[in-house]
Amino acid sequence: MNVNASLIVKLIAVAAIACVPMSGESFYVELVAKMLLMAIFAMSLDLLVGFTGLVSFGHAAYFGIAAYSVALFTAKFGQMSLWVMLPAAILLSAAAALVIGIFVIRTKGIYFIMVTLAFAQMAYFVFHDTPLGGGSDGVYVDARPTAAIGSWVPFDLDNELHMFYFVLVMMLLVYLFLHRVLQSPFGRVLMGIKSNEHRMQSLGYFTFGYKLAAFTLAGALGGVAGFLYAVLFGFVTPELLSWHESGNVLLMVILGGMGNLAGAVLGAFAFEAMREFFADITKYWQLLMGGVIVALVLFLPGGLTAIPGRIKRALQGGGAK
Amino acid sequence: MDFASFLIQVLNSLQYGLLLFLVASGLTLVFGIMGIINLAHGSFYMIGAYLAFVLTSATGSLVLAIALGIPLALIFGALLEWALFSHLYKRDHLEQVLLTYGLILIFEQLRSLLVGDDVHGVAIPAFLDASIQLTEVMSYPVYRLAISVVCIVLAVALYYVIQRTRLGMMIRAGNDDRSMVEALGININMIYRVVFALGVALAALAGMLAAPISSVFPNMGSHVLIISFVIVVIGGIGSVWGALVAALIVGFADTFGKVLLPEISGMIVYLVMAVVLLWRPEGILKKG
Amino acid sequence: MSQTSKNEVLLEARKLTRRFGGLAANQDIDVTLERGMIHVLLGPNGAGKSTCINMLSGDLPPSEGEIRYLGKDITRLSAAQRSQEGIGRSYQRTNIFPQFTVLENVRLAAQSRRQQPWRIFSKAMEQQWALEKARACIEEAGLGRRVDWVSGVLSHGEQRQLEIAMVLATDAQVLLLDEPLAGMGSEESASMVAVLKRLRQTRGILLVEHDMDAVFAVADRITVMVNGQLLECGPPAQIKASVAVQQAYLGTEDSFHV
Repeated sequence: MNVNASLIVKLIAVAAIACVPMSGESFYVELVAKMLLMAIFAMSLDLLVGFTGLVSFGHAAYFGIAAYSVALFTAKFGQMSLWVMLPAAILLSAAAALVIGIFVIRTKGIYFIMVTLAFAQMAYFVFHDTPLGGGSDGVYVDARPTAAIGSWVPFDLDNELHMFYFVLVMMLLVYLFLHRVLQSPFGRVLMGIKSNEHRMQSLGYFTFGYKLAAFTLAGALGGVAGFLYAVLFGFVTPELLSWHESGNVLLMVILGGMGNLAGAVLGAFAFEAMREFFADITKYWQLLMGGVIVALVLFLPGGLTAIPGRIKRALQGGGAK
Repeated sequence: MDFASFLIQVLNSLQYGLLLFLVASGLTLVFGIMGIINLAHGSFYMIGAYLAFVLTSATGSLVLAIALGIPLALIFGALLEWALFSHLYKRDHLEQVLLTYGLILIFEQLRSLLVGDDVHGVAIPAFLDASIQLTEVMSYPVYRLAISVVCIVLAVALYYVIQRTRLGMMIRAGNDDRSMVEALGININMIYRVVFALGVALAALAGMLAAPISSVFPNMGSHVLIISFVIVVIGGIGSVWGALVAALIVGFADTFGKVLLPEISGMIVYLVMAVVLLWRPEGILKKG
Repeated sequence: MSQTSKNEVLLEARKLTRRFGGLAANQDIDVTLERGMIHVLLGPNGAGKSTCINMLSGDLPPSEGEIRYLGKDITRLSAAQRSQEGIGRSYQRTNIFPQFTVLENVRLAAQSRRQQPWRIFSKAMEQQWALEKARACIEEAGLGRRVDWVSGVLSHGEQRQLEIAMVLATDAQVLLLDEPLAGMGSEESASMVAVLKRLRQTRGILLVEHDMDAVFAVADRITVMVNGQLLECGPPAQIKASVAVQQAYLGTEDSFHV
C-alpha cells in the first residue's frame, strides 16, 4: 500500500472507532475501549519484538505492575489525581523494566525468552503470595482518578463517554510517539540491532545500552496500557501478570505482523474480537484459539498485514517475489 | 530443626529435584540438539499424569499404567514431531514460542473435553505403600524413595546412552554440527525424532511418577514448565549434566525455602536464577 | 615531516595466542601496522589468519598476548570500544544489514560517530551530516550507482564495496579487511585495489587475501602464517624469494604462482 492510501485507511479506522459510543451499546463501548488499550500493550511489545528483535515472554509483568499501582494507591490514598497517578504508574513499570532488563539483556536467543518468562513469574508471585498483592482474589479500584486541575475539570473519567475517548486519545498519542521514536537515530539503531547486532557492535555501538533503553521504554508503555485497564475495569488480579497474558500479547503482535505499528493495533483488535467470538461459540474456545495460533504460524508467518501483499502477489501470478 | 526433620527435607529435595531433572533433561536435549523452544513440554508432564490416572483406573495398577504409558508417550512424541515440530526447525524462536503456546491451549482443552476438570488422586502401588521409620514419631514414605531411585537409574541410563552408545554419539555430533552429520550419511531426521520422542517420554514418565503424590489437576503442567526453563537456564542449554546439577539446586532451594522462608518461597527459585544470570549469562555448565 | 607521520605505528600486537581446547589456532603472533602501509596476512587455509584478525578487531579475546593501538593497551576492549578508538573491520562472510538500503547501511555506520540516543524526536533522515558523509563514503568505495538499492540484492563484489564504505564512514584509522577482493571480477578488483592504494596514504590497512596478483601489487609488508605460527615477515621481494615460504606452500591448494 502506498503511503497515502495507508494514511487514509488509518484515518477512516480512527473515525469509525470514534463513532462507536454513538451506538449507545455500553457493552461494545467497553469492548472497543479494551481493544484500544490492548493495542497500546501490543505496540509496546512490538517495539521490543518487531523492531529490536527481543522476544520477551514476560511483558505482562509491566502491564500488571501499573494496574496494581492504580489499585493499591487508590486503596491507600483514596481517589487521586490522574496527573499524578498516570506518571507514577508509568514510572513504576519503567523502573521494574529497567531492573529486570539489567538481568535479562545479558542473555540472548532462547535464554532471553525463558528468563523474561521467569521474571514475569516472579512478579506474579509477588502479587499472588505476598501481602502486597491482596492474594489471588485481586483488588478492587475504589475510584477512578480525577482529571481535575485545581478547580478546572477538563473531563470526568466516571463518564463512560469521556473514559472511552480518553483511552482513544492515549492510544493515538502512543502510536504517534512510537512512530516518531522509530524514525529517530535511536530507533534506527534498534532496527540495526534487530537486523545484525554483531555488525552494530563492530561499528561502535554499545548495543547493551540501547537494548536496555528499548526494554525500559517498552515496559513504560506497557504500563500505560495496564493503567488504563485498571481504571476502565476497576478490578485487578495477579492473572494480569500471568504468562497467558504475555503469550496473548505476543500473539497480537505476530497476528498483526511484526515491525509494523498499525499491524500491532490491528492484531490487538483481531485477537480480542476472536476471543469474544470464540467464547460465544463454545466453552472450549481456547481450543479454537490454539488451533488458530498453530495455523497462523504454519501458514501465515507475516501476520494479517502481510495479507494484502500476498493477495497482490497471487493475483500477479505469484512470479517474482 | 532436628536431624530427622532435616533428613526428611533433604530426601524431599532430592526427590523433587530428580523429578524435575526428568522433565528438564528432555527440554534441554530438544533445545540443544534441535534448537527448538517448546512451551508445550509441560503439557507432556500433564499428559503423563492424566495417562497414569486413566490407565490406573482401567487396570488397577500404577506399575502397569506406567509400563503401558511409556510406549504410548514415545509413539505420541514421534507422531507429534513428524506432524508439527519437524516444520519448526527452520523457523525463528518467536514462531516456535507461539506455535507451542497454541499447543498448550489445545492440549489443556482436549484434556478438559476428554477427562474433565476435576482433581483426581492416583493410588500408590500396594507394595510401595509403606513408610520407613526414622524416629519414634517421624517416618518417610517408601514411594518417594522409589521415585528417587527410579530417577537415578534413568539418569545413569541417559548418561550411558549419550556417552557410550552409537546413538548417543550421533546425538552429540548432531548437537555440534548438523550438516556434518548429514554429510556423513546419518539420517538426522531420525535422530531428531528419537530425541524428541525421548524428551516427551521422560516428561510424561515424570508426570506418571508424580501423580500419586501431587494429584492430577488442570494446569499442572504450567508450573513445572517454567521451573524447567529455569533449570535449563541455570544448567546451560544442551547440557544434561547441567540440568541435573541445576535441578538439584532448584529442588533444595525450593524445598528448604518453603520451610525456612514461606512467604517468598514461590520466588526463591527465580532469585537463584537471577543470581546465576548475573554471574554466568549462559548457564553454569554451558557445554562448549 | 611527512616521513614521520607515514611511519606512525598505529597497531602493534605482540605474542598473540589463541587456544581452542588443546589446539593453538594462533601461537605467538606479532603484527605491526604503520600509517601509510598495507600489511597483508598470507597463508594457506587453516593457517589462522581469520583468528588473528578476529583478535585484532575484538571479535575474539586472545588467550595470551597484547595489542596496542597508538600505544594504548586495547587487549581487553570490546569490538565496539575498539571501533570508537578508530579500528574498523570488514568481514569475510558479508556482514551488512541486508534489509536496508546501501545509503542506510552506511548512514548507520556514520551515525556511530555522533550517537545522540536521547534525541528521540529528531528524524534520522534529516541528519545532514550523516547523510552527506554516507554519500561521500559510498562514492569513495565506488558504489555510487547503487546508493538507493536494497543491499541484500547487491552482487557479492558490490557487498564487499559496501563493507568498505561502512568502515570508511566510521573514520577508522586502522582498517582490518578480511578478503576484501573475494568474489570480484578483474575490473572490480582493479578498482578496489585503486581504492585501497588511495586509502593507504592516510591510514593503515591490514588485509587477509588470497588473490596473489593483488597481494603483490599493493603490499608493503607481508606476514606469512602457517599452522597458526608466524613463518616469515617482510617486504614482498623478501617473501617471494624465501625458500621457507615456497616450501610451506608446496602441496597445498593455494599454489604459490608468482
